[in-house]
Amino acid sequence: MVGIVGYGVYIPRYRIKTTDIADVWGENGEAVAQGLGVFEKSLPGPDEDVATIATEAARNAVKFGKVDAKHIGAVYVGSESHPYAVKPTGTIVASAIGCSTELTCADLEFACKAGTAGIQTCMGLVQSKMVKIGLAIGADTAQGRPGDALEYSAAAGGAAYLIGEENPVATIERTVSVTSDTPDFWRREGEDFPSHGARFTGEPAYFRHVEDCAKLLFRTTGTSVDDFDYFVFHMPNGKFPVAVGKQLDVPAEKLEDSLVVRQIGNTYSGSAMIGLARVLDVSKPGDRIFVISYGSGAGSDGFTIRVEDEILGHRGEVPTVDDYIQRKVYVSYAIYAKYKHTINM
Amino acid sequence: MAEHGVAQIWRKIPSMYNVIGNHCTTCDTFYFPPRPVCPKCRRKGHLEDHKFKGLGIVHTFSIVRQAPDDFKTQAPYVVAQVQLDEGPRLTTQIVNCEVTDVYIGMRVRVCFRKITEFGHAGLILYGFKFEPTMKVTGHPDR
Repeated sequence: MVGIVGYGVYIPRYRIKTTDIADVWGENGEAVAQGLGVFEKSLPGPDEDVATIATEAARNAVKFGKVDAKHIGAVYVGSESHPYAVKPTGTIVASAIGCSTELTCADLEFACKAGTAGIQTCMGLVQSKMVKIGLAIGADTAQGRPGDALEYSAAAGGAAYLIGEENPVATIERTVSVTSDTPDFWRREGEDFPSHGARFTGEPAYFRHVEDCAKLLFRTTGTSVDDFDYFVFHMPNGKFPVAVGKQLDVPAEKLEDSLVVRQIGNTYSGSAMIGLARVLDVSKPGDRIFVISYGSGAGSDGFTIRVEDEILGHRGEVPTVDDYIQRKVYVSYAIYAKYKHTINM
Repeated sequence: MAEHGVAQIWRKIPSMYNVIGNHCTTCDTFYFPPRPVCPKCRRKGHLEDHKFKGLGIVHTFSIVRQAPDDFKTQAPYVVAQVQLDEGPRLTTQIVNCEVTDVYIGMRVRVCFRKITEFGHAGLILYGFKFEPTMKVTGHPDR
């Protein structure tokens, strides 16, 4: 059965506190942090971008999975901050992790859910026997206009998943998607920062798609909340996934382990995928995980996943999500602005 | 308009993305960068490509505080000679740590970073740098 044969994450070491951003704009930092449920966020170092983050995550996935990178037949990198407008990130990643040239590769974009779209694409290629192993990555160095609400949450990080059929550490039982044309968040060609519909990003966008996708997944699998041990929802902030969990009657303890957004912010395409990795890090064989991603524009991908005994033989090889969360150094807003290139030199 | 130096960069990609040198199976010596001929064995040598594990120690280092223009956003930063576990030494940047925390003998591992970019519209050059080995939960050596 198709599943995850390896996974890995990468989170840059740099953090800025919500209170330090709020100080610059004359806001009440404590109130902003509590309101958003984001207390600090990660940011890329001066020599990091989506290609480097994706490569580090992919190297961890290959090492975790104990697979030969030459067996990877497809590489998809989902992001909305690819370093080049034209030239794939995926070719850089494939070359850096030692893939053969006999593979298919493309960059994907669907706001924050391009990485999970990559997982679905790899599942199709693996199940149809077109490739042995597919690599799906979600990574971002997210942009938020200085002074905008997004600046408090837009973060950097990524996760990579190897999808295959041989000895998966977790099987993917079912995937479904919900998609509609909902203009809640966008960035036009050549623009440095995205625009958004403020409160419109909530009810008709995030909540509608995540809830509809969750209900569709419950319906098609004949399951309910009680059948799952962990839940992972896309985390644009710390508030939305908790609110959607309440609406679906998910007990807080089943959601808690995935909420990495509180410590690292919203890593956009990496968000739900890092949340899933955090859960895989702590789950036991037999546990079932319910995952719903969300991408503005808008759509959600849902997955039901079962953790297999195989996972026990792979742990301890690469840093966990918590290892990366704990490896941090705080920077001032001035250093943050320099590293984010909002200071023009 | 064709950009100058693209072919040169493309040729270096394999040895810049990964630490790839070679190994003389005759005298069991590792080389980085790769040598065309084993300087010890000469014509009796037999060289094979070798991808290094990417682990080593800081042999010596310097803190760069007056950086060239392309590296100003990174200053201050550390340039070090790293001795790989297999033997060869190479010159590289040490990242992901405070410059004052670097010391001779520090255990480091390879990582993938942006080296430089040729202007706002030009190519971005990626390659290896080194960083301190980090905690890995569940690993017996950590």
